[in-house]
Amino acid sequence: MAEQEYQKYYVPEQSPWPIVGAVALFLIAVGAGNFVIESTKGESGFGGWILLAGIVTLLVMLIGWFNNQINESMNGMHSDQLGRSYRQGMSWFIFSEVMFFAAFFGALFYARVIAVPWLAGEGNNAMTNEVLWPGFEDMWPLTKTPGGTETTAMGWMGLPLYNTIILLVSSFTCHFAHVALEKEQRGKLKLMLGLTVLLGCIFLFLQVEEYVHAYREMNLTLQSGVYGNTFFLLTGFHGMHVTLGTIILIVLWLRIMKGHFTPKNHFAFQAGSWYWHFVDVVWVMLFFFVYIL
Amino acid sequence: MSTATEHAHDDHHHHMPTGIKRWIFTTNHKDIGTLYLWFAFIMFLVGGAMAMVIRAELFQPGLQIVEPNFFNQMTTVHGLIMVFGAVMPAFTGLANWLVPMMIGAPDMALPRMNNWSFWILPFAFIILLASLFMEGGGPAFGWTFYAPLSTTYSGDSTALFVFSVHIMGISSIMGAINVIVTIWNMRAPGMTWMKMPLFVWTWLITAFLLIAVMPVLAGAVTMVLTDKFFGTSFFDAAGGGDPVMFQHIFWFFGHPEVYIMILPAFGIISQIVPTFSRKKLFGYASMVYATTSIALLSFIVWAHHMFTTGMPVAAELFFMIATMLISVPTGVKVFNWVATMWRGSLTFEVPMLFALAFIVLFTIGGLSGLMLAITPVDFQYHDTYFVVAHFHYVLVSGAVFSIMAAVYYWLPKWTGKMFDVTLAKWHFWCSLISVNVLFFPMHFIGLAGMPRRIPDYALQFADFNKWISIGGFAFGLSQLIFLAVVIKACRKQGEPVSDQVWEGAEGLEWEIPSPAPYHTFETPPVVK
Amino acid sequence: MLSVTAFADSGAQKDQYQLNLSKGVTDISGQVYDLHMLMFYICVAIALVVFGVMFYAMYFHRKSRGAKPAHFHESVKVEIAWTVVPFIILIFMAVPAAKTLIAMEDSSKADVTVLVTGSQWKWHYKYMDRDLSYYSLLATQPEQIQNKFAKGENYLLEVDRPLVIPTGKKVRFLITSDDVIHSWWVPDFAVKKDANPGFINEAWTRVDQPGIYRGQCAELCGKDHGFMPVVVIAKDPAEYEAWVSEQEAIQRKAKEEEQKLLAMNMSMEELMSVGERVYNTSCAACHMPNGEGLPGVFPALKGSDMALNDMPAHIDIVVNGKSGTAMQAFGKQLSLKELAAVITYERNAWGNNTGDTVQAKDVNAVMNGQ
Ligand code: HEA
Ligand code: HEA
Ligand code: CUA
Ligand SMILES: [Cu+2]
Repeated sequence: MAEQEYQKYYVPEQSPWPIVGAVALFLIAVGAGNFVIESTKGESGFGGWILLAGIVTLLVMLIGWFNNQINESMNGMHSDQLGRSYRQGMSWFIFSEVMFFAAFFGALFYARVIAVPWLAGEGNNAMTNEVLWPGFEDMWPLTKTPGGTETTAMGWMGLPLYNTIILLVSSFTCHFAHVALEKEQRGKLKLMLGLTVLLGCIFLFLQVEEYVHAYREMNLTLQSGVYGNTFFLLTGFHGMHVTLGTIILIVLWLRIMKGHFTPKNHFAFQAGSWYWHFVDVVWVMLFFFVYIL
Repeated sequence: MSTATEHAHDDHHHHMPTGIKRWIFTTNHKDIGTLYLWFAFIMFLVGGAMAMVIRAELFQPGLQIVEPNFFNQMTTVHGLIMVFGAVMPAFTGLANWLVPMMIGAPDMALPRMNNWSFWILPFAFIILLASLFMEGGGPAFGWTFYAPLSTTYSGDSTALFVFSVHIMGISSIMGAINVIVTIWNMRAPGMTWMKMPLFVWTWLITAFLLIAVMPVLAGAVTMVLTDKFFGTSFFDAAGGGDPVMFQHIFWFFGHPEVYIMILPAFGIISQIVPTFSRKKLFGYASMVYATTSIALLSFIVWAHHMFTTGMPVAAELFFMIATMLISVPTGVKVFNWVATMWRGSLTFEVPMLFALAFIVLFTIGGLSGLMLAITPVDFQYHDTYFVVAHFHYVLVSGAVFSIMAAVYYWLPKWTGKMFDVTLAKWHFWCSLISVNVLFFPMHFIGLAGMPRRIPDYALQFADFNKWISIGGFAFGLSQLIFLAVVIKACRKQGEPVSDQVWEGAEGLEWEIPSPAPYHTFETPPVVK
Repeated sequence: MLSVTAFADSGAQKDQYQLNLSKGVTDISGQVYDLHMLMFYICVAIALVVFGVMFYAMYFHRKSRGAKPAHFHESVKVEIAWTVVPFIILIFMAVPAAKTLIAMEDSSKADVTVLVTGSQWKWHYKYMDRDLSYYSLLATQPEQIQNKFAKGENYLLEVDRPLVIPTGKKVRFLITSDDVIHSWWVPDFAVKKDANPGFINEAWTRVDQPGIYRGQCAELCGKDHGFMPVVVIAKDPAEYEAWVSEQEAIQRKAKEEEQKLLAMNMSMEELMSVGERVYNTSCAACHMPNGEGLPGVFPALKGSDMALNDMPAHIDIVVNGKSGTAMQAFGKQLSLKELAAVITYERNAWGNNTGDTVQAKDVNAVMNGQ
């Protein structure tokens, strides 16, 4: 590093966007809190509107902030060092997301390996089963809860399998797009990224289909006990991440259409593609632990 | 927005913004550090005021001042505010001020995000505090919000509690990412890993812990939300869940969290003790390894908070032994500090006084922690005031004292003037005495069997509780002296100080002028 | 029903200035006490050494005494030593701890088994191999808590019906909960076990001396967590046996009475006076003595639609509770008479004035599912 010529680290001037973002999160938190209370009690109130206002504010903030960012980047104000900061920041962000999913995977493993067997009398819990839940048996997927709620298990064949293939393929197309960008093959880049977006959308569509099927025909709902809970929270949060990832990819695609990014300078693209691969890996874990096992 | 692009490369000195805009839109690490520190201090006063309510109610047996339900809200919000609103933001504020100056960086790596992380916090705490005024009151389930008390049996405000914790978490994660990236990527040429000041090292590891566990807390509150409002049964046996599962998830976050609140303190003490001993820190390398081991071990000890939940014996033994092991690296730290003082040339300026008090009182708290780790005996201690005594020793006379030491140590660098030393000494001695009157007798009533989180108690605990409350009020009032010292210092009253400020101080931050200019190290210094 | 005072309070009385853990009255609690003291002395010794060296340096190596700083700043040997020595001390601590722990967790081969169920805010005891079960509630008068009466000797540590166990026998506790997590704790037995809803935890004790032993709920369980004490009376086996048989007979008789009651109608006055008593012990904790509840947490009964208009729903909610809320099923906690009385009370107190009376047979009808 000592030999390198010194590049000035870009420290931005004051910016209005962070505080806008903070206000947005404030509105979202207040709105979501009240919305949850009101909607579960069937009351009417302003929660939903506050939430909406928060989301709109957040979008405005993101657009404004990213615009700044893009302008700076296009004007060559970003040093290599700043690029590294962004990349490292993004990696740690993804790590934090991994830990968020870890909480839910943890819940899944705990329920499967510990809670349900204990309720069925495993280990030193014979009395739990005998006195409190007579007749309850250990099984996974938990199609009959100790409380007696019944449901059906979601198999891995069919939609889930297709979705796995779709996401895996999309990870490849995303990677090819990246390679194309680095080789300055803009046509292939647009095509591959477009394909990735398309696959993401198909995935989401099928996921919604699956939910509809689960609710309508399988009696598998969010209230179906811990099997349904882990199923919907894991796939649901994953679905939200796919949605976010798809939006990111669409934005990238639009920027590419405008001629942004160079083989050397494309942090945003790289971040987007990392995110996409991360979402994909989570799905593979999900497919394995939620559907197959 | 466009301003940023107009002032392209050539302008080296941004003009110094003024007025309210300076604070709201700032991207300057020193401004943001100041904001964090003031916010933390205000939260400390608010959380402390709640502690005063608790202590006033517990002054005598019987219900005098507040209803049990409100008492529980006070306990809960006191814990939450002190942990998430006072100690953590104070450390983040110190990191903002000091990490760039210590490693020779022009600012934090991601300055705009830095501003965002800060400004989320006041909003998050406004939500939490406002929920106290809701119908049914604020959260009343302890800062640990065990299900199902926090789910089926809680008030409506739980939804707001959950979302405010979510955004607090977002703030902490962004703050931690910023610190970690700054340290990783912004060190001046020659500032190798093993030359980094220990405060930087400990914050690096703290930031890692934060990124690893805050999302888990977010997951936990999310499950609480769905269990309460959307009919899931993560923590309900009837649906195949388990209330104890909540505790596992919570403490997987919660134990590393307590080290998040102490590792930066270790860093601070490791900066201060060598300065006033006029001697290099003893065992720099082993300090780094000890910090790392503490952090790693902290992931496998969480269930020591859950010994009475009915885990299998094998699990109890595992968590007992893992917990005990943490004493070894922590001991290394204590021994290193003592060895640094050994055959030094000691003086006792105010930061050093706080640092010494830290070493003694933290060790007392650590040793009672070790007693708590012994599972069969923890059956007796658990959920009594013995635990309350333990964690206030490590948190108040540990973390909070270290923050005060840090403020006294670096304040002259920040303002360019020496603070009012006489007042500061008053602050120290009043705090030192009252904090022990406040927390030491808690060991006794805990052992004698007084449970925690109760608004009223049996008669045999009355005498000690009276003393504890008196100590509490005295400690609270002592903090007003601190407030006075800080306000005076911010008004720039006092003798000007040299760049080095303290005779034995070493490190990049002592080589720049006092007060530290608004922008430092726009071209990085070269570290030999 | 039980005269608590008739028992000599042997050894269990805490004195005003107790500083330390009590030794307790079982073999295990003695072991725990010894462990505690061992740990304590080790910690004190460590503290003395560390602080001793530190204060020595603070005194003798101070600048004002002309101390010049030395230049050493590491020493592998010393550092290894102070890593290894603490490690050895820890092993020395862990071994006896593990032994005691394993003994504590072995609840097999019990002579008597009691199912202990926590609920907001009382304990329920059920003798598993006998025909006996009852609730145990705080017996301290509210006036003492509100500082209107002088506080009695066992302020907050007294209950209406203590648990009774035999001395010299291994008593196994099956601990669970109806609602939130509680924790059943008797310091003198060194037994503290969480009562987790939906799961049963086991604990055991073998008490040597007859006496009254007091403890408290040790897990935050809501508003009245501070007001759910545990009292256990240990009697020698013969007395214990006599007591259980007597109680079984009383409970059997009460059940018979209950059946007779179905044919009778109680007067409004009687219903109201019984109802008020029951209300204040069982309902007022949440719905408040004035029936106004705690807005946002516990609903008001005063002026509530259900209490004014919908009698069947009112009976149903009191008998069966409302799942997913803090409203418990009182059907199994109260007698038919008490249920009828308390519902009548709720429909007529605080200006509700419906004039309705609810009789035991009405409640019985709802219980049998119509
Ligand atoms: C800054 C915060 C902090 C820190 C640093 C610690 C440090 C430790 N804590 Fe503490 N703890 C809390 C904050 C903290 N704790 C909080 C907030 C709670 C309560 C949460 C709640 O329920 O609300 C808690 C509760 C708690 C419990 C649960 C008690 C219960 O509820 O029943 C236990 C049990 O094992 C425990 C153990 C320890 C141990 C072994 C350490 C060790 O890290 C201590 C190590 C230090 C030393 C041992 C002293 C120095 C060492 C030497 C001088 C070397 C020589 C020593 C030996 C050879 C032994 N803590
Ligand atoms: C870093 C964290 C931190 C800090 C700094 C403190 C500081 C203090 N704590 Fe806190 N405490 C916790 C973390 C902390 N606590 C946690 C995590 C819990 C557990 C919560 C739970 O059970 O869920 C807890 C619980 C707790 C309890 C147990 C409550 C219960 O179990 O019911 C008590 C009781 O005495 C207590 C007291 C105090 C006191 C007197 C202070 C004092 O140090 C505060 C001093 C500061 C001030 C007083 C403010 C400054 C002065 C003014 C604002 C002026 C007004 C002054 C007067 C009127 C005199 N705390
Ligand atoms: Cu029951 Cu606390
Ligand atoms: Cu811990």
